[in-house]
Amino acid sequence: MTPFQIYSLASVALVCLGLYGLVAFPHLLRKLLALNILAGGVFLLLVSVAHRNAVDGVPDPVPHAMVLTGIVVAVSTTGFALALARRIHRERGLTHLVDEEAAE
Amino acid sequence: MDRPAATSARQTDSPGPSATARVLAAVLTLAVAAILVGAVLDLPDRPAGLTSQVLNHLGESGVTQPVTAVLLNFRGYDTWLEVAVVLLAALAVLALQRSDDLVCLPAPSLAEPVLAWLVRLLVPVLVLAAGYLLWLGTHAPGGAFQAGALLGAAGVLLLIAGRRSIDALGGWRLRLLLLAGFALFLLVATGPLLAGLNLLEYPSGWAGTLIVPVELAVMLSIGATLALLFAGAHPSRPRVEEREPPSGGRPESA
Repeated sequence: MTPFQIYSLASVALVCLGLYGLVAFPHLLRKLLALNILAGGVFLLLVSVAHRNAVDGVPDPVPHAMVLTGIVVAVSTTGFALALARRIHRERGLTHLVDEEAAE
Repeated sequence: MDRPAATSARQTDSPGPSATARVLAAVLTLAVAAILVGAVLDLPDRPAGLTSQVLNHLGESGVTQPVTAVLLNFRGYDTWLEVAVVLLAALAVLALQRSDDLVCLPAPSLAEPVLAWLVRLLVPVLVLAAGYLLWLGTHAPGGAFQAGALLGAAGVLLLIAGRRSIDALGGWRLRLLLLAGFALFLLVATGPLLAGLNLLEYPSGWAGTLIVPVELAVMLSIGATLALLFAGAHPSRPRVEEREPPSGGRPESA
């Protein structure tokens, strides 16, 4: 099994772990952490593709640039999501979202 | 008196995942895993991609580091929109505050002496390292985003230690910092349109000189936004200067 295959299978594992955490857990912070793990899996795949495409020891810069962009977007999303979770907690005292119809 | 764990849980504790949620999530995850593993093993092992194209055109990009050239020149549109996303996150966090004034950040509490000394030592080093990384980006891994992350870390350190950082800036100064990156990038991107060139098509020979002020402004914006994101998600505390008398209906601060 080539190193590229090992890295890409690891990234699939990370993506699946993140997806499970995002869907299964009701706690907002857990969902946020799972989203970050999901993003990490995608970044790992992009970087391993960049390493596979290396020419004369210079790795492919385009997936590197995409990962940099992705990291910044993930941080911005996490910051905003944390502020939202903080506001939800301040308004309702809950750390998970409640189904409005089910509460009736 | 002992009570079973379920009834003594406070209202803020969220429920664990229910059995149906777990099963459905597991089924979904396994299905996605099967598809992704098939897709990923189908990828070719031999090198492909854009490395040689980027290296061939590196001379006209204005910098000598390929990743910086891709970020700020070849894929400058992506970077421009990314700066817009950062600005959007800052505006959204500010919109979630209770006051309608931009200077509505909570006043932090003072820290212990060891942390205060460490902050006095680290913040100048962080600012220096940020400037160095910004300059380094033209010929080695570095650039605006890495430098902006260091500046954001300096802002977060100041906030944790109880010093005034971005909450000491007046309303218009904070706004200027947040907007500077996107505004300068907008000017540099749409300027060539007025000269008859395409969007983001830097005039030949000018690419290097145009990239530097854009990187500087982006670094400042990202640093200010990261510190603001940290302060915005901070637990609310009573502010040092009271702008209005405390209302009776304000909920107890965390």
